[in-house]
Amino acid sequence: MKFNKNLRNIFLILFATLALSACSTAKKSQTSGDVYTGSDTVEYLASGVKDRVFFATNKSSLTSASRETLRKQATYLRKNKKLNVTVEGHADERGTREFNLALGERRANAVKDYLMTYGISGKRISVISYGKERPVNSESTPLAWSQNRRSVTVKVK
Amino acid sequence: MKKIIILLFTYFVLYSNSNALIKVDITRGNLDPLPIAVSPLHVEKTSENLENLDTKKLGLNISSIIEKNFKSTGLFNPLKREAFVQKPDIAHLKPRFEDWRLIKAQALVTGKLSVINNKLKVEFRLWDLTASKEMIALSFTTTPTNWRRVAHIISDKIYERLTGEEGYFDTRIIYVAESGPKNQRVKKLAIMDQDGAKTKYLTLGNELVLTPRFNPSNQMVTYLSYFRNLPRVYLLDIETGKQEVVGNFPGMTFAPRFSPDGKKIIMSFAKDGNSDIFTMDLETRKVERITEHSSIDTSPSYSPDGKYICFNSDRSGLQQIYVMKSDGSNVKRITFGNGIYGTPVWSPRGDLIAFTKVRKGKFYIGVMRSDGTGERLLTENFYQEAPSWSPNGRVLVFYRETKSGAQGKGFSAKLWSIDITGYNERKIKTETDASDPSWSSLLSK
Repeated sequence: MKFNKNLRNIFLILFATLALSACSTAKKSQTSGDVYTGSDTVEYLASGVKDRVFFATNKSSLTSASRETLRKQATYLRKNKKLNVTVEGHADERGTREFNLALGERRANAVKDYLMTYGISGKRISVISYGKERPVNSESTPLAWSQNRRSVTVKVK
Repeated sequence: MKKIIILLFTYFVLYSNSNALIKVDITRGNLDPLPIAVSPLHVEKTSENLENLDTKKLGLNISSIIEKNFKSTGLFNPLKREAFVQKPDIAHLKPRFEDWRLIKAQALVTGKLSVINNKLKVEFRLWDLTASKEMIALSFTTTPTNWRRVAHIISDKIYERLTGEEGYFDTRIIYVAESGPKNQRVKKLAIMDQDGAKTKYLTLGNELVLTPRFNPSNQMVTYLSYFRNLPRVYLLDIETGKQEVVGNFPGMTFAPRFSPDGKKIIMSFAKDGNSDIFTMDLETRKVERITEHSSIDTSPSYSPDGKYICFNSDRSGLQQIYVMKSDGSNVKRITFGNGIYGTPVWSPRGDLIAFTKVRKGKFYIGVMRSDGTGERLLTENFYQEAPSWSPNGRVLVFYRETKSGAQGKGFSAKLWSIDITGYNERKIKTETDASDPSWSSLLSK
C-alpha cells in the first residue's frame, strides 16, 4: 500500500515534469540557444534555397543548420554562374551602433567565407553591414532580436 | 550652408576685485540651486522706436534665453519676473540690494540694449546681492541677427564667473535626425544650437548617415554615409557643404573622430570580417594602421593631449574598453566590471572617460577615470548609448531609444543630457527623432 503510494507520487512528478518541459519546448521552439530556428522571416533565392542564416548574440559562428542553408546557396550559385550576390550582415538592437556595424560585417564575411569554401569565387560575393539599422522585425523582444541577428544573401540585379 | 559668422565683439571686462563673492559648486549634484534674477534688458530711449527692429521684444528674448540656459544647468533657479522689485533701467545703474534680497535672490543680472548704426549693442552686469557688489560688467556689439549668440555668450560669462568653470551655452550639437518606420528609418545630418534652436538639415536623407562628429574648430564634420551603398567615412565642410570620402579604403570605414589638433581622422576599417583602427592625415592623406588584431577594434577616441587613444574591443571575448598610446603600442584593458562596455569617449579635461555599459539587459551611461578606476554609472535605461561631452567636461549628451511593440509601435529616439554628478537628467527638444549627438566646442573661443 505504502509502496503504491510512493510509486503514484513518482509518476505524478514525472508526469508534471514532462508536461512542463513540453510547455517550455513549445514556447522556445523558434530558437535554439538564442539562434533563431524558425522560418517566419525567411525568403528564398530559389525553391528550397533559404536566403538567410541566423546568429547567437555577439557571435558570428555558423550553426549546422546555417551551414546546410549555405551549402544549398553554393549549389544554387554554381548552377547560376552569371549571378552575383551581396551578403548583408545585421545585428540586433541590443548593442552600440558602432560595434554592431563591425559585428554585421563579421557575420556577412562568415557567410562569404563559407560560400567560398564551396567553390564560389569571392568576386561574385560582395558584403555590406547594416549593423542594427535595418531590423526585419521591429519589435523589442528576444524573438525579434534573434530574427534580426542575420546574414541575408541578396541577388545583385 | 549658411556661413558661421565670427562675431566681432567689443569686449570690456571690468572684474571687481572684491572678495567674499557668491560661488556655485558644480562638482557635486546641486540640490539647492542658486536663486538668480534676470532683469529684462532695458532699451535705450534712442533705440525704442526703430522701423525694422522690435528692440523691446529683442531685449526680452535675450533675457529669456539667459534664464533658460541657467535653468537647464540645474545649478541656478531663475526667479519669476513678476516678483522683481525694480525697473530694469534703474536696477542696471545700481540695484537696491536689500530689496532684491527680500525676494530671496542671491544674484542679479541687469542689462541695456541699444542699436547704433544698425549694430546691436548689449551691456550687462552681474551683481552679488549678498555682498552688495558688482561681479562683472561686459559689453558686446554685433549685427542684430546674432542676438541669440549674444544671449549665449552672456550666459557663458555669468556661468564662468559664478562657477569658476568655462560655460557651454555658445555651442552647437550635430546629430542624426530620424523619421519613418523603425525598419526603414530615414536619417539626415542636422545641426542646432545647444538649446535646440536654429535647426538646420545638412543632408537630404537619400542615404543612411550615422555618427557625425565635429572637428575642433567646429567647421568640419566627419560621419558615416551609405552613399551608393558603400558605407564609408566622409568629411563635410559645414560652410561650403562640400563632402568627400576619407581615404580610399577597399571596404567599410566607420566610427570616425578627429584628432584633438584636427589634422587626422581616426576610424575603424573592416576587412574580411575584421575591424581594426586606422588614422588618416587630412593634409598628406597618409594612412596609418594603429591596431592589428583578429578581434573587433572600434569606437576610438583620442585623449585631449593626443597622446593616447581609448577604444572598444572584443579581444577578451566580450566588448571591453582599452587604452593605448597613439601609435598603437602599450595596449591596456581598463574595464573589468560585470557586463560589456562600449563607446569610450575621452573628456575634454582629460581626467575621465565616458562610456556605455550593458548589463543584464539594461543600458547605462557612465564615467570612469582613464585608468578604469572610479566607475560611476549615471543613468540606467532600456537602451541608451553614445555619450558626447560638453566642452567644459561637466555634462554628457547621449541618445535613448524606447522599447517598441509589434511593427515597431511606440519606437522613438531622443537626445538626453545629464551632469557627470548624475543629477539634472533632461530631454533635449529636437524637431524630429534624434540620435548620435556630438557636442561642439565653444564657438566664440
